[in-house]
Amino acid sequence: MCDQTFLAITFGPCDNCSQNKPLMNIYLKNEPINYCSLCVELMACQGLAKGETTNTLKAESESLKAKLEEERAKLHDVELHQVAEKIDALGQFVMKTRRTLKGHGNKVLCMDWCRDKRRIVSSSQDGKVIVWDAYTTNKEHAVTMPCTWVMACAYAPSGCAVACGGLDNKCSVYPLSLDKNENLAAKKKSVAMHTNYLSSCSFTNSDMQILTSSGDGTCALWDVESGQLLQSFHGHSADVLSLDLAPSETGNTFVSGGCDKKANVWDMRSGQNVQSFETHESDINNVKYYPSGDAFATGSDDATCRLYDLRADREVAIYSKDSIIFGASSVDFSLSGRLLFAGYNDYTINVWDVLKGTRVAILFGHENRVSTVRVSPDGTAFCSGSWDNTLRVSAYLRSSGESELRNILYNTV
Amino acid sequence: MLLWCNCFMIFVDLYFIFLLCFCSYMVSKMSSKMVGSNNLAHARRMVQQLRVEASIERIKVSKASADLMRYCGENAKYDPLLTGIPASENPFKDKKPCIIL
Repeated sequence: MCDQTFLAITFGPCDNCSQNKPLMNIYLKNEPINYCSLCVELMACQGLAKGETTNTLKAESESLKAKLEEERAKLHDVELHQVAEKIDALGQFVMKTRRTLKGHGNKVLCMDWCRDKRRIVSSSQDGKVIVWDAYTTNKEHAVTMPCTWVMACAYAPSGCAVACGGLDNKCSVYPLSLDKNENLAAKKKSVAMHTNYLSSCSFTNSDMQILTSSGDGTCALWDVESGQLLQSFHGHSADVLSLDLAPSETGNTFVSGGCDKKANVWDMRSGQNVQSFETHESDINNVKYYPSGDAFATGSDDATCRLYDLRADREVAIYSKDSIIFGASSVDFSLSGRLLFAGYNDYTINVWDVLKGTRVAILFGHENRVSTVRVSPDGTAFCSGSWDNTLRVSAYLRSSGESELRNILYNTV
Repeated sequence: MLLWCNCFMIFVDLYFIFLLCFCSYMVSKMSSKMVGSNNLAHARRMVQQLRVEASIERIKVSKASADLMRYCGENAKYDPLLTGIPASENPFKDKKPCIIL
C-alpha cells in the first residue's frame, strides 16, 4: 500500500490567490501551473459547473484509452521473433561462476558495479554495505547502516562514493576514502527523504544528482550537495520498485516499474510521464534499458520478462516458459543487447536470446532466490546476489580443449 | 459503595466507546467528502495524461525490430559474454595453485 499523500514540494505564492502556501505542481495542457491545494479544489469544482462531471470525464478517458489501443494495434504488423528468424541462433553457452564473494551475514538485496569494472558495492538485510574488489575477492570498505533491509545501493560514476537506503526512508551518500581506518559512517550525508521505504537509487551521469524511487509511489531527483529536491515524479498508484536511467550521455529520461503493474517513462526535466505500459499481470520487480536506449526490459512476479520498445510504444517480446513459475526479481542486458540475464525466485538465472525470444542457458549455483543480477560495465562478466548471503561473478571463458580440462580440475566452485 | 464504583466504571467505558464511534464516523465522513472531489481531480489528471500519450509519434514494430537487430549485430563482436574471451586475457580467470614439479 502506498501513501496517497501528495508531496508539497514547493512553497510560495499561489498563481491564483497569491497567498504564500505549499503549492501543488500540476500540468494543464502541458503548461505547468503552481496552485495551492485550495485553488486546485476550487478549479475542480469550477469544472463541474461547466458540465464536466466525473462521468463525462470517465467516458472521455475510456474513449482515449480505446483510441490509444487502436493506434498501437495499427502499427503492430509483425512480431520481433519473426523478424529475428533470419539471424543465426546462438550456440551453447558455458558460463561458470568464477568468483564467490562471501562475507554478508544475511540476504544480499542489491548490488552495483563501479565504472572501473572491478569494484562492486553490495547491500544486505542486516544493514551492511560492503565494497568488494571482484578480481581478488577482497573487501575494501564496509559500512553498517542504522536500518535493516538496505534495498538499494549504487556506485557513483567517479567511484568515490556509494549511495544506499532502505527501510529508513532515506538515501545516504558515503564518500569512500583510501584510508582504511577512517570511519565511513561519520561522513554520511542524508540526501533523500521519502515517506516510505527506498526501493531503488541511481546516480545520474555525475556525482551531483541522484534519482530515487520509493514505496510511497513516487520517484524523485535530488541534489547531493544540498539535499534539495529538484524534481518529483507522480503517477504510480502503488509502490515503485525499480528505476533505470536512459544510457545515452545527453539522456534525460528514465523508466520506473512498480506494484501497480505499470512501467512508466518519465522526462527528468519536466517531471512529466511521457509513456506508460501496462501489460504485466503482476508487480514489476525490475526494469532495465536496452543498451541503445530505444527499448527496455522488465522482470515481474508473473514469471515473465517483457521487452517494450519506446518508439513503437508497445510490448514487442515476452520471455516466458510454462516450466518457469517463479517471479523474476532482476534483469540485465549484455553489452550488445543480445542476451538478457534474469534472476528468478527459484534460485536460477535464465539467459534469454532477446531477439528470438528463446532461452539459451540456465545457470545454477545459488542456494536461495536470486535478488539482483548486473552485468559489468565492460561486459566481461556478470554478478548475481542472492538470499543465500553470497554474490557470484560469472563469465564466459573461451579456451582450447586442453586448458578447459585444466580449468575444470582446478575450479574451486 | 462498591456497587457505585462498578456503575461508575461501566459508565466511563460506555462513554469511551461512544467517543470512539463518533470519531470514526466523523473521519469516514471527512474522507468520503475528500474522495468525492479527489475523484474529479484524479479523473481530470488521467484524461490529461491520456491526451499526452495519445499524441506521441509511433513507428511500426517491423522498423523498431529491424533497428534492435541491427544494434545487436553491430555490437555482437564487442560483447564478451556473447563471444567469450580467451582465458589468458580474462581478469576473472581462475586462480590456479602453483604446482612444483
